[in-house]
Amino acid sequence: MSVLDIRDLQTHFFTDDGVVKAVDGVSFSLDAGEVLGLVGESGSGKSVTGFSILRLVDPPGRVVGGEILFHGQDLAQLSNREMRSLRGNRIAMIFQDPMMTLNPVLRIETQMVEAVRAHERISHAAARDRAITTLAKVGIPSAAERLAAYPHQFSGGMRQRVAIAIALLNGPELIVADEPTTALDVTIQSQILAEVQELARETGTALIWITHDLAVVAGLADKISVMYAGRIVESGPTDQVLAAPQHPYTAGLLGSIPGHGRRGERLTQIPGMAPSMSRLPVGCAFAPRCDLASEICRSTAPMVTETGAGQGYRCHHPNAAQKVAT
Amino acid sequence: MTPMLELEGVSRRFEKTFDAVEKLAFRLGADLRETCVNAVDTASFAVGRGEVVGLVGESGCGKSTLGRMVAGLLPVSDGTIRFEGVDVTDARNPQAREKRLRIQMIFQDPMSSLNPRMKVQNIIGEAAIYHGLTSRADMPAYVAGMMAKVGLDPSYAQRYPHQFSGGQRQRIGIARALAVQPDFLICDESIAALDVSIQAQVINLFQDLRRDLDLTYLFISHDLGVIEHIADRVVVMYLGRIVEIAPTDALFRGPRHPYTQALLDQVPRLGAGRQAFRTVKGEIPSPLNPPPGCHFNPRCPMAGPRCRAEVPRTITVDGHSTACHLHDGGTA
Repeated sequence: MSVLDIRDLQTHFFTDDGVVKAVDGVSFSLDAGEVLGLVGESGSGKSVTGFSILRLVDPPGRVVGGEILFHGQDLAQLSNREMRSLRGNRIAMIFQDPMMTLNPVLRIETQMVEAVRAHERISHAAARDRAITTLAKVGIPSAAERLAAYPHQFSGGMRQRVAIAIALLNGPELIVADEPTTALDVTIQSQILAEVQELARETGTALIWITHDLAVVAGLADKISVMYAGRIVESGPTDQVLAAPQHPYTAGLLGSIPGHGRRGERLTQIPGMAPSMSRLPVGCAFAPRCDLASEICRSTAPMVTETGAGQGYRCHHPNAAQKVAT
Repeated sequence: MTPMLELEGVSRRFEKTFDAVEKLAFRLGADLRETCVNAVDTASFAVGRGEVVGLVGESGCGKSTLGRMVAGLLPVSDGTIRFEGVDVTDARNPQAREKRLRIQMIFQDPMSSLNPRMKVQNIIGEAAIYHGLTSRADMPAYVAGMMAKVGLDPSYAQRYPHQFSGGQRQRIGIARALAVQPDFLICDESIAALDVSIQAQVINLFQDLRRDLDLTYLFISHDLGVIEHIADRVVVMYLGRIVEIAPTDALFRGPRHPYTQALLDQVPRLGAGRQAFRTVKGEIPSPLNPPPGCHFNPRCPMAGPRCRAEVPRTITVDGHSTACHLHDGGTA
């Protein structure tokens, strides 16, 4: 059975300007040890999807439909108490800004020991030992001494490692990582990616890596889901999606990335900008920016066309890469 | 031919001297030290007319400080900056001021560099009026021309910055820089805050402007993909020092400095398939207390005793400069 199975998830925000469908019918599943790259630009709903899994969506937002099955159990049915015993224990989250996870006025030791003992009845010393082991695992030198430090005494990269260590403390089966390396330098990013990759392989932790950076996903993820305006517009195995994107948005995103031996040439650009989520166009949300858009795109929203297990796209004019090229 | 911009041994130190209380505490035997950071340490390079020079490095390596010194926003501690052969190091010199006007800067975060209470028309037109490039009466037409040039609808001239999207705001920042008719633009992480698809639009805009207006760029970025795409030549910085300067193709094909090699190794790439991410050990040391000799030596796989003792000289072969003992007689 899959670790996580999301079916037709809908998270809406009820604002004064009307209902914002931040996540509108998202489905994917994830097996143990698998890495899913959830890719999209700002406002595409990728982070809200992550927050929805952990039931961390604040009002005026609400999960209004769909199922989030964790080992077959619908998370929406759990009581708050049951959910709390799951969070940080079997499902963990890593945020973009580690200062969101870390309490600035508590020593790392206090925070880590607390995270262990909240879920397990073990002694302080045993919890402390586990904290040291985990810190060492994410590459923090002299972990035992560093436990006494406060978050501000760490550099940005080290702080993110501490946040990752806290997420790993209780050996979660699922980690939702929301742009954890976006604020970091390349050398630090690649250190963290290397560690994460090793973890997924060794411990069988399933990982959702939310990012806007297709290049990171290309090297890390087993499969990709590309989000646009609250919907997954394309998903499939990483290699296939990147080599032969079906959706014009995926193709456009790939073309927008500079630095692939096409020096000085114009980048393929996607015209316009992402639509306002409270006033989405009728039909396909990408139609106003799409070169291939036709009458049907402006009137009818495309349904998912499945091309394999967990592989598919939402487009009336698929096979975009080839069509744009010719 | 004199290069358009020339930096010679440019340094910038940030010093924290004792205040009255600390002086007293120090006299009484407190363990205090005056601290000094060499944000930029004797940087020398030149930019030719029409060239795009990329300046790369990780956060804290001094690339923004260097950019700000060239733009005249930060005084220089040591060294000289020449623009078209004229010394512009001291901004008080009237001749330097005139030259400086032709160097403009585009910042990373358009929201913090645009006055939220000013209409776009005044943001773009203010400097042009001040410098006599247009009159108050002609300003609206002048601004409309600038806006059209950067792909903004001139009918938005009466709006405020918050009414624009991130990509459009960055275009306002570009229009403001262009309004004083510069020849030289410094782009300090100008596209880092933008979404991928918008980033591509702005990169294309930079390329178009370069062609249409005959501009020269100093393009500062941590994103090697962007630098590879846009730059003719690349300057790599580490902890305040320039470690390598080379034409873009040569640098990406055959980096010579171990730091550049490590950096290029770690850039996630499309089309490389599943990657085993490799790592450089350790982190950037604190600039307050940099390692002696070559700053990269504690993290360098090739470091020898000489690297820990002696600051490497810059050696230039075929227009490819490297500051590394490996290319200057070995590390032993």
